[in-house]
Amino acid sequence: MRHKRLIWVWTFLALPILFYCVIRFYPTLQAFYLSFTNWNLMKPPKFIGFANYVKLYNDPQFWKVFRNTFTYLIIGTPVSLLISFVISFYLDRVRILHGLIRALYFLPFLTTAAAMAWVWRWFYQPAPIGVINDVLGLIGLPQQAFIRSVDQALPSIMVTSIWAGLGFQIIIFMAGLRAIPSTYYEAAKIDGLGEWPILWKITLPLLKPTTVFLVVFSSIGFLRIFDQVYNMTTNDPGGPLGSTKPLVLMIYQTAFSSYNMGYAAAQTVVLFAILLAVSLLQLWILRERK
Amino acid sequence: MRRGILLAGLFTGISVFAVNSAQAVEIEYWQYVYETRVKAMDQLIENFEKANPDITVKQTTFPYADYQTRVVAANMSGSGPDVMQLFYGWLDQFIAGGLVQPLPVDAFPHDKIESEFFPIVSAMKRGDDYYGLPTAVRSLALFYNKKLFQEAGLDPKSPPKTVDEFVAAAEKTAKHDANGNMTVAGTTMDMAGQDHQWWREVLIRQNGGEPYTADYSKVTYNNDAGIKALKFYTDLQTEQKVGEVGFMDEGQAAFRAGRAAMTIDGTFRLGSFKSIKDFEWGVTELPTNAAGIRSNYASYFANGIGAKVSGEKLEASKKFLAYISSPEAMKVWLDTVGELPARRSAALTEANLADPIYSPFLKALDYAHTTLFVDEAAQRQTAIDMVNRVLLEKQSPEDSIAQAATAEQEIIDAAKTK
Repeated sequence: MRHKRLIWVWTFLALPILFYCVIRFYPTLQAFYLSFTNWNLMKPPKFIGFANYVKLYNDPQFWKVFRNTFTYLIIGTPVSLLISFVISFYLDRVRILHGLIRALYFLPFLTTAAAMAWVWRWFYQPAPIGVINDVLGLIGLPQQAFIRSVDQALPSIMVTSIWAGLGFQIIIFMAGLRAIPSTYYEAAKIDGLGEWPILWKITLPLLKPTTVFLVVFSSIGFLRIFDQVYNMTTNDPGGPLGSTKPLVLMIYQTAFSSYNMGYAAAQTVVLFAILLAVSLLQLWILRERK
Repeated sequence: MRRGILLAGLFTGISVFAVNSAQAVEIEYWQYVYETRVKAMDQLIENFEKANPDITVKQTTFPYADYQTRVVAANMSGSGPDVMQLFYGWLDQFIAGGLVQPLPVDAFPHDKIESEFFPIVSAMKRGDDYYGLPTAVRSLALFYNKKLFQEAGLDPKSPPKTVDEFVAAAEKTAKHDANGNMTVAGTTMDMAGQDHQWWREVLIRQNGGEPYTADYSKVTYNNDAGIKALKFYTDLQTEQKVGEVGFMDEGQAAFRAGRAAMTIDGTFRLGSFKSIKDFEWGVTELPTNAAGIRSNYASYFANGIGAKVSGEKLEASKKFLAYISSPEAMKVWLDTVGELPARRSAALTEANLADPIYSPFLKALDYAHTTLFVDEAAQRQTAIDMVNRVLLEKQSPEDSIAQAATAEQEIIDAAKTK
């Protein structure tokens, strides 16, 4: 009987495992192999050793893209977490229209990234059609170039990305806040603890598992940013002058526009290494100290 | 016993299949999805099958973004198309990948191709062989908004003929608000659109240069002519202030919205501009320089025969390719898709030359150049960046063009050694 059940369990598990092996692990391993070849789709791949990695190291565009990617990560993750925590902290106390407000924050997360990016793209346009510049003009402030500027383009796109992910982070933070037993707060109030000490000594420490999850999740999101950038800059992908281009977009262009599959695979392996290193580092820093 | 039945069944199946194929050949035609193109091809296939009852043609289409990948993947698995559409700029890649075969000379004699098609067909020739023939071609022209011309006191019946007249018309039609923000552009500036072609094949030549060596293997615009051409272009924004890169997001959007008096675009834009209701627009040939030098950029999708096609399928493919590049097919294509016929006889008819919209594009085909791109997206990017460096980072045109030439040469060299 027990034996039979085991067979059933494995039969059901076999399908997802097989799916994962064929769809996930095999291509991943294949990418490692391809990164050592000069495959261009047309001819069979030829082994060229570390040539792709050497080329990548000497490619100034790669380092620019590398800097951009980390700018998205290093600014995007903390800012988005701070905003979403503050919002959920106060939203948690709101009783009137709580559901509606929460839904409004969550709405952008449900919207297609491409559609959202295009709306923002029009917001950022110069005067006759750009809403933001129209408002700036009305209150007498100078026009801003936004996505047409090498300095402002990256922050402009990052804002939309933060906004898009906010709803999800707020929901998770709220769930985390609700999971803290109210007895802690009651005990703290009886002991006469103020707002700040309660936040620092009770809320934040007990919220740590949630925070760790969101840090890792949002970091991976920013390291893999693509939709927003690509859709807001379709005519000059990652531009102007590559100032908004993240690593994933460079991989996409190398692979599916220039058909340098081997070189693109090498970039993918580097992205994989970065993602792995950043995630492990975060988990280690934020680990449970016993 | 069981195995015997199985074998018998198998043999019957094979023999039925063999008999069938002897009676009728089915060939497969591939192109990318674009509603009017698919419709035109359906009609051509219908006509062709009527004339050749022993051949059936199956049309298969893919989204444009996947198209090349699909052709390559199918070729690797040995199930590729017999006749396929390909952009002229993909030819080197397609030959290197063993995807297409030279057109058989018996069915497509060279002297006929060269005398009957426009000279741009040479972009499908490598060595002594042609690898494909176009049904239709595209060229550029200057679109202008008649309403804005009239408002600015210009005669909508005589659009600018020279570059100087073009700049003068742009200056008259451009409008700015009190804060100096552009509200109507005299001309659109969109390097990501067709302006990079205009700069490369037209402006450089009009300034006395050549963009590349004759075989397009060496960049030759890093000189006075290139600098002058670039400066002319960026001056439109910085000096004359008649256009702005990024104005209304895209050049064609600005023109459509009636916010730009002029734009340079291709035949493929006609369909979209035809739905404009708010104003009348006209088309004229690209402006000449003071010395009267004209140039243009033409491009096309050609049809080629798959490398592995042989035997009776090859015979059928030859017939089909000959039909879809015949004058009759070109007429169908012009009426359905709106693209210009690739043969002189089909293109330069009295009716077409009298057509105010088609004639500027048609006239251009005689003097147009067809840039042999190795990686169109990457090469266009070098031109976009070149202009952006001048406009956004205040780099000098001299330095910017030198940087662009180096970058583009690297792309070409990398493609040649692949």
